[in-house]
Amino acid sequence: MILRLALGSLLARALTVAMTVLAIALSVMLFLGVEKVRTGAKASFADTISGTDLIVGARTGSVQLLLYSVFRIGAATNNMTWESYQDIAARDAVDWIVPISLGDSHRQFRVMGTTAAFFERYKYRSGQSLSVRDGEVMDDLFDATIGADVAETLGYGVGDPIVVAHGLASFSEHEDQPFRISGILEKTGTPIDRTVIVSLEAIEAIHVDWRSGAQIPGQSTPVDVIRHMELQPAAITAALVGVKGRLQVFGLQRAINDYGEEPLLAILPGVALQELWQIVGIAETALIAVSAMVIVTALIGMMATIFSSLNERRREMAIFRAMGARPRVIFALLVLEAAVIAAIGALLGLILLYLGLYVAQPLIDSAFGLWIPVDPPTLREVWVLVGVILAGAIVSMVPAVRAYRMSLADGMIVRI
Amino acid sequence: MNEPAPVLELNDVRYRWPGRALFELHVPQMALAQGETVLLLGESGSGKSTLLSLICGTIVAQSGKVSVAGTDISSLSSGKRDRFRAEQIGLIFQQFNLLPFASVQDNILLPLRFAPDRAKRVASHGDEADRLCGDLGLPRDLMGARAGTLSVGQQQRVAAARALIGTPPLIVADEPTSSLDAATQVAFLDVLFAQSRTNATTVLMVSHDARLADQFDRVIQIADIAKTTRGIA
Repeated sequence: MILRLALGSLLARALTVAMTVLAIALSVMLFLGVEKVRTGAKASFADTISGTDLIVGARTGSVQLLLYSVFRIGAATNNMTWESYQDIAARDAVDWIVPISLGDSHRQFRVMGTTAAFFERYKYRSGQSLSVRDGEVMDDLFDATIGADVAETLGYGVGDPIVVAHGLASFSEHEDQPFRISGILEKTGTPIDRTVIVSLEAIEAIHVDWRSGAQIPGQSTPVDVIRHMELQPAAITAALVGVKGRLQVFGLQRAINDYGEEPLLAILPGVALQELWQIVGIAETALIAVSAMVIVTALIGMMATIFSSLNERRREMAIFRAMGARPRVIFALLVLEAAVIAAIGALLGLILLYLGLYVAQPLIDSAFGLWIPVDPPTLREVWVLVGVILAGAIVSMVPAVRAYRMSLADGMIVRI
Repeated sequence: MNEPAPVLELNDVRYRWPGRALFELHVPQMALAQGETVLLLGESGSGKSTLLSLICGTIVAQSGKVSVAGTDISSLSSGKRDRFRAEQIGLIFQQFNLLPFASVQDNILLPLRFAPDRAKRVASHGDEADRLCGDLGLPRDLMGARAGTLSVGQQQRVAAARALIGTPPLIVADEPTSSLDAATQVAFLDVLFAQSRTNATTVLMVSHDARLADQFDRVIQIADIAKTTRGIA
């Protein structure tokens, strides 16, 4: 009956209680939402590259190599020579090797030169291969395969011409050699979506008339001539390597890192991803801290609401006292009430979160390439909910103590 | 003749409000017999409320003895006093007696929640609440209604039912009729006394309205039994 009375009292103040419940629900939704996005982001981050045993590039930091070779963030300060690439490719331990050449761009998107093997070897989301949505993988020297975001942002279709600019900001465009879009890739949620892929030779071809980043004045080699030129690259940016046996990874890595001809670096993608995530993790912690503070704010709001309700409820408490309720019953009533509010708020927050996820999941996936799975709440999330309810009960003890004192002092006679 | 022990007895009770120096209430002697209906008359500020709080045990006298049903309540711990109040005393206030958001039935049964012995005396809680309401002239179909939706007169009857349920030996009423019109006042007292007489319940009612006097067995002027001393700190 006491529970029924507590609920009745809450219902009698439905509007203010509903506001408090809503505040808690929204804060819980935010917190759990951040949690979902965080784990989703972490998972899709780790899913960016898989199946590659080593990434090789000129010597730099391992995170930096990962950033520019996989995430297309920043630029390589040095390239590795074609000779080194061939040396590594010739090693026994190497099962396959795919060269990557970066440094050009189309509008805001990076252009990557590589070989046809890239489409076979590059894997994401635990072993998923790239697939072509429209058209086919580039075949001709001046063919380009573009990521889903590139096609969508720039409104490109198969067969459209595309002009590649030298450098990352498009000041000077390689207008002489327009490319043709041969295929558009399926969305992957990886940086591939934002990449224009051409052949390694194509990268050489567009630089035929260029020296040190500037076009040689007056020189413009016709396309037909370029087609018959030897387009062996002198250097590449990085290479993705697969080894024959997993045990050979470390041996090969050591050999590459100790390579005498030129300073090279080989990294394990998984390890570098973790290192990178540790850096990103600071933002992650800040995000959690902020959303936790939102919950705290909502709970303090509830405390304030209970405080302000105390005066109008003196009569109610006096009736309880007159009927023989001890002051501690009054205390318990208020704590119970707060726990009920917090529990309803937490559950509502959870429901809102799942409704939101259900609606927003495809939108987030297409907008950010972030796939947030709609899974049942994890144990950690259940603990968050329990924590909110407990914190609500604890916070409410402050007004409850005041009510306890008031009901001791008022007794059963209140003159309002 | 063998006099039964009084249901309520005060002996040389002195109470000083904390923080209010030199404001003292002194009751040399006061006793109520079983089944008696007593009207305690006094103007506001005469110490009526203090006296009621002392009888109900929400405050404790610094000296003297307050006995309800033979138990000196100042000897009880505060928790025991709350339980004791629930067991022994049915209370009716001036107005706003009920939890407005709760049903009539929940309001009537509320004291039983805190008084297990009193609850045991009632065989079926719902039926007894129904019976009391019927006897007090309340329509049956009000039981499920929220108390706040009732008229003031109906609310006071519900409060009377709440005080009567489980037949506590003493009913204390603090100006229960002051918010009612004259006709309703008389009717209210009639139904209240009809119930209290069947169970030989003692009724102590506090009021400033002397016109009600002829309905009671006995009238006590508070000025005759209690002395308040006021001073300036």
